[in-house]
Amino acid sequence: MLLIPCPWCGEREEAEFHHGGEAHITRPKNPDTLTDEQWADYLFMTSNTKGVYLERWVHQHGCRRWFNIARNTATNAILAAYRIGQKPPKRAR
Amino acid sequence: MKKYSIVSLVRNALGYHQNWEQAWRSPDPKPAYDVIIIGGGGHGLATAHYLAKEHGISNVAVIEKGWLGGGNTGRNTTIIRSNYLWDESAAIYEKSLKLYEGLSQDLNYNIMLSQRGVMNLAHNLHDVRELQRRISANRLNGVDSEFLTPAKIREMVPIINMKPGTRFPILGASLQRRGGVARHDAIAWGLARSADSRGVDILQQCEVTGILRRGGKVTGVETSRGTIRAPKVAIVTAGHCSVVANMAGIRLPVNSYPLQAMVSEPVKPVINCVVMSNAVHVYVSQSDKGELVLGAGIDGYNGYTQRGSLHVIEHQLASLCELFPLFSRLRIMRQWGGIVDTCPDASPIVSKTDIKGLYINCGWGTGGFKATPGSGWVFAHTIARDEPHPLNAPFNLNRFTTGALIDEHGAAAVAH
Repeated sequence: MLLIPCPWCGEREEAEFHHGGEAHITRPKNPDTLTDEQWADYLFMTSNTKGVYLERWVHQHGCRRWFNIARNTATNAILAAYRIGQKPPKRAR
Repeated sequence: MKKYSIVSLVRNALGYHQNWEQAWRSPDPKPAYDVIIIGGGGHGLATAHYLAKEHGISNVAVIEKGWLGGGNTGRNTTIIRSNYLWDESAAIYEKSLKLYEGLSQDLNYNIMLSQRGVMNLAHNLHDVRELQRRISANRLNGVDSEFLTPAKIREMVPIINMKPGTRFPILGASLQRRGGVARHDAIAWGLARSADSRGVDILQQCEVTGILRRGGKVTGVETSRGTIRAPKVAIVTAGHCSVVANMAGIRLPVNSYPLQAMVSEPVKPVINCVVMSNAVHVYVSQSDKGELVLGAGIDGYNGYTQRGSLHVIEHQLASLCELFPLFSRLRIMRQWGGIVDTCPDASPIVSKTDIKGLYINCGWGTGGFKATPGSGWVFAHTIARDEPHPLNAPFNLNRFTTGALIDEHGAAAVAH
């Protein structure tokens, strides 16, 4: 069980949260101008990193807010939690 | 390779079993091969076996970071079935099941295939309709499948909870009688022994650290035991497929998640088929040793740790006890996790890539075990001919660009 540091509520059990996939994937501004390959890359392709991975979580059974965390997927160590719209802290890059 | 038979068994019994020959060699890597297969799990070994057997290509190396079958091949719940919804999936999984049916003879190795039947439960009207649709689709594709009424289910599995007022009422089930279980280690070992006897080099404790390319063509791999050259390289690394593909600059539509399984203490025979329930998230069968083999859904986040969270197991065991109240006092003996490579459409990728000579076989997600021989058979064809077999042509990497997805979330069952 992960202990997830919600930026608003502090550390809570993983069961209160829901995983929202990879963070910092921006929807293309002009989808009409994309090629099929670019659209597929946005829609489906993942980095699926082994190591420090930036991901979104939502505190579904708590404050119900979204945020990002940096977690090492090889060890499950959580290096940082930060708000949506912020850049990952230096120690997590 | 000395053939295993009743005669060899008696002869070796008389020698106190001291003289069995090694099932496969542990050679040093040669500087170059015709084909390098990265990943010595079931799918990689099956690819090597069929490359040698069907296509006469035996100058092959299987490179394995750990030990044979130490990843998902040795960590799954050994369920085999082919009752998938869409034509493309039914064809490839049925091919695999047919190969399984002859695999013990083919390999001269007892894989302990037990076609005891796989039952999928329906708990509400929608489940019933969905199952009946899938049964009809299966039958049109020549896959055996039938609908069971609650009375028939009770006959087959008397211990299941069908009392009125139960939390998960059972309204019916689908049954594939040719489905069942097999011995997972035996499949890895049998395939390895067969491939090795045909000249394939199996290199364990050898980790690939880079994929060498020149001018859009693959030329070999960099490993912890030196550089090995080959004009064809095949990636079959399941949970780590993104990591290895990344070495060649390829991005995949794959997410790797932990998937947990466990076994109970052994008891006398109590359940004689595989029972799965999509809706309540559990599946159970009983091993030959008497242990209940239990599995459920994946953990909710990407990870490579081969372990998962306790609340996933709690949910699964709660479902198990609701469906089978008599299991409530059994103790769990062992629990473990594996890393499964899931695709957005719950279907695999068995494909060429944009790099000439580089092939990839991944994305089998939570259900790769049942596909082991079929996956190896089509992948060997793809590598040998440099073009996909009609069975795996739909499962190309390009489908995420064209949009021709094969959505098997329903038939992929509990775990996705």
